[in-house]
Amino acid sequence: MAVLVDANTTVICQGFTGAQGTFHSEQAIAYGTRMVGGVTPGKGGSIHLGLPVWDTVAQAVSATRVSASAIYVPPAFAADAILEAIESEIALIVCITEGIPVLDMVRVKRALSGSRSLLIGPNCPGVITPDACKIGIMPGHIHRRGKVGIVSRSGTLTYEAVAQTTAAGLGQSTCVGIGGDPVKGTDFIEVLEMFLADDETEAIIMIGEIGGQSEIDAAAFIASNRIKKPTVGFIAGATAPPGRRMGHAGAVISGGNDTAAAKFEAMRLAGVHVAESPAALGSTMLKALRG
Amino acid sequence: MNIHEYQAKELLKGYGVAVLEGHVAWTPDEAALAAAKLPGPVYVVKSQIHAGGRGAGRFADDPNGKGGVRIVKSVEDVRAAAEAMLGHTLVTQQTGAAGKRVNRVYVEAGCDIARELYLSLLVDRATARVTIMASTEGGMEIEEVAHNHPEKIMRVAIDPAAGLWPFDCRKLAYGLGLQGKQIASFSKFVTAMYDAFMKLDCGIVEINPLVVTGAGDVVALDAKISFDDNALYRHPDIEKLRDESEEDPKELEAAKHMLNYVALDGQIGCMVNGAGLAMATMDIIKLYGSSPANFLDVGGGATKERVTAAFKIILSDPNVEGILVNIFGGIMRCDVIAEGVVAAAREVSLSVPLVVRLEGTNVALGKEIMAKSGLPIISADNLADAAEKVVKAVKDAH
Repeated sequence: MAVLVDANTTVICQGFTGAQGTFHSEQAIAYGTRMVGGVTPGKGGSIHLGLPVWDTVAQAVSATRVSASAIYVPPAFAADAILEAIESEIALIVCITEGIPVLDMVRVKRALSGSRSLLIGPNCPGVITPDACKIGIMPGHIHRRGKVGIVSRSGTLTYEAVAQTTAAGLGQSTCVGIGGDPVKGTDFIEVLEMFLADDETEAIIMIGEIGGQSEIDAAAFIASNRIKKPTVGFIAGATAPPGRRMGHAGAVISGGNDTAAAKFEAMRLAGVHVAESPAALGSTMLKALRG
Repeated sequence: MNIHEYQAKELLKGYGVAVLEGHVAWTPDEAALAAAKLPGPVYVVKSQIHAGGRGAGRFADDPNGKGGVRIVKSVEDVRAAAEAMLGHTLVTQQTGAAGKRVNRVYVEAGCDIARELYLSLLVDRATARVTIMASTEGGMEIEEVAHNHPEKIMRVAIDPAAGLWPFDCRKLAYGLGLQGKQIASFSKFVTAMYDAFMKLDCGIVEINPLVVTGAGDVVALDAKISFDDNALYRHPDIEKLRDESEEDPKELEAAKHMLNYVALDGQIGCMVNGAGLAMATMDIIKLYGSSPANFLDVGGGATKERVTAAFKIILSDPNVEGILVNIFGGIMRCDVIAEGVVAAAREVSLSVPLVVRLEGTNVALGKEIMAKSGLPIISADNLADAAEKVVKAVKDAH
């Protein structure tokens, strides 16, 4: 049954008539996603890609059933677009935009708490359930419907995991790019919870990066959860030099657990099958499934 | 983006944060004039570079001499201290062995220090909130405090909807053991700092040490600000404070072309799309026994021109003995990358082995462009193949 999106998911695009919104909406329609229209302030009432354009998200919601919104607006206006979608109680908001000011995201995160919306991203490739629904910028043709749920902080590294699981004949249930920003809508644990509860997802790949401690938290979650599924993990950035930040306050707040080595170790202790190389995600998964 | 201490203090002062009186100087004469404007009798001359540990740091041409921050007692000694710093290279724990050239000094009034505390504001990923950190252990590396005495660091997360309130400040003040009028002075300080943090889109503001004077005032003795690069478009005045001499010239050139480049010290130049894949590419080069010369993310919207610029930047590093291009096209089309790579390889008459791995959108077209170019480009089928081929090609070339 996959997670987050399926063939019944109806999608609008915010920033619909812009270059990015147009290109990726075309791709989504071609993939079979149920796009039902889009929002561009000032262009309401027109038709774009054969679909209706509204001035506001509220108008879209009152005109048709909308279960998700894909946001492709420039960074200076992205927080505004997300807040508008939250206000209209869109269940799933996927924000692709890269470069949103972090204090804007601090406010968005506050608005999400207690709301009816789930935000994926920003600064992410989006969400795809192969052969059913694609919301985002990932190349659709590399995916095959199958049994591995993929959750990743990195966009192109997600594609790498997809290509390798496709080549291994395993396929994917759903792939979720949670995004690389420090303050984001959804983190590893929430997606892992969905994968563990999903019948179609038989195994999980999680891909993290250096910085922050959400992979450490995720490993603790995996270790303590009653439901177990074979999980493969990789952390990018083992060779990255320590950040050249001005104070050390950023490293302190994560308790010094934000290196690749610390995260690999936490995953190992949680029973995650660690892929030593980013080229070994598929082969490590095959081994993990053999038990 | 980072700025100098004196710039940070000037900005914070505008929001009501208490700082000591001081003036920036570019020459020893200016330093003496700056000192003459201060009340005396104690002056502090501080090297202005974008790195910490200045006091304990030493100048490259005088390793047994005094540090990058000096307390002196006359205008003439201010001049002498400035002369010993300006134009000289200061090496601290944070600069690396090469050190940094001091181009400006800050001349500041001395101060009667009763206590040294630590205070910083930053965005905490875990809580998604602006968080105030405070400690009684001022003047020390905060990482050391976190490691040895984590109980001595207090954290207060601020609800963005409610903002900062006096009780937040009182909680910190009592935790720091402040008393009487110190509490009001501290609360005013923190409130002004929070205001500055929010209005200037800061990433980190760090005051270490924060000083309590004999008279009970709370004052910033040092100040570091790092801004959120994503928000700089809202602050053209701050962008003007950028000191380009503090930044790597290759990284500056990359930023002009909207490329994310970080110079490293290995042999294999990398050009990749996406930060995660770029780091993973560095990691796999290491796994195959070599090391990366750089991190370079061409981003999702790269053009042929940008790819060409990226190539030139990689090759401007004399340590580069081979290049690995690794593209998994989502937004990024493989044919655009291929055209850029071919154009760049011709333009710079490439003399080192080049391995290209293309995958994703328009991959067939991209491979065709490279094959037809007649250039000695080594094509790779996947990530492992690419890493293996580039490491081998570099070894064979020796």
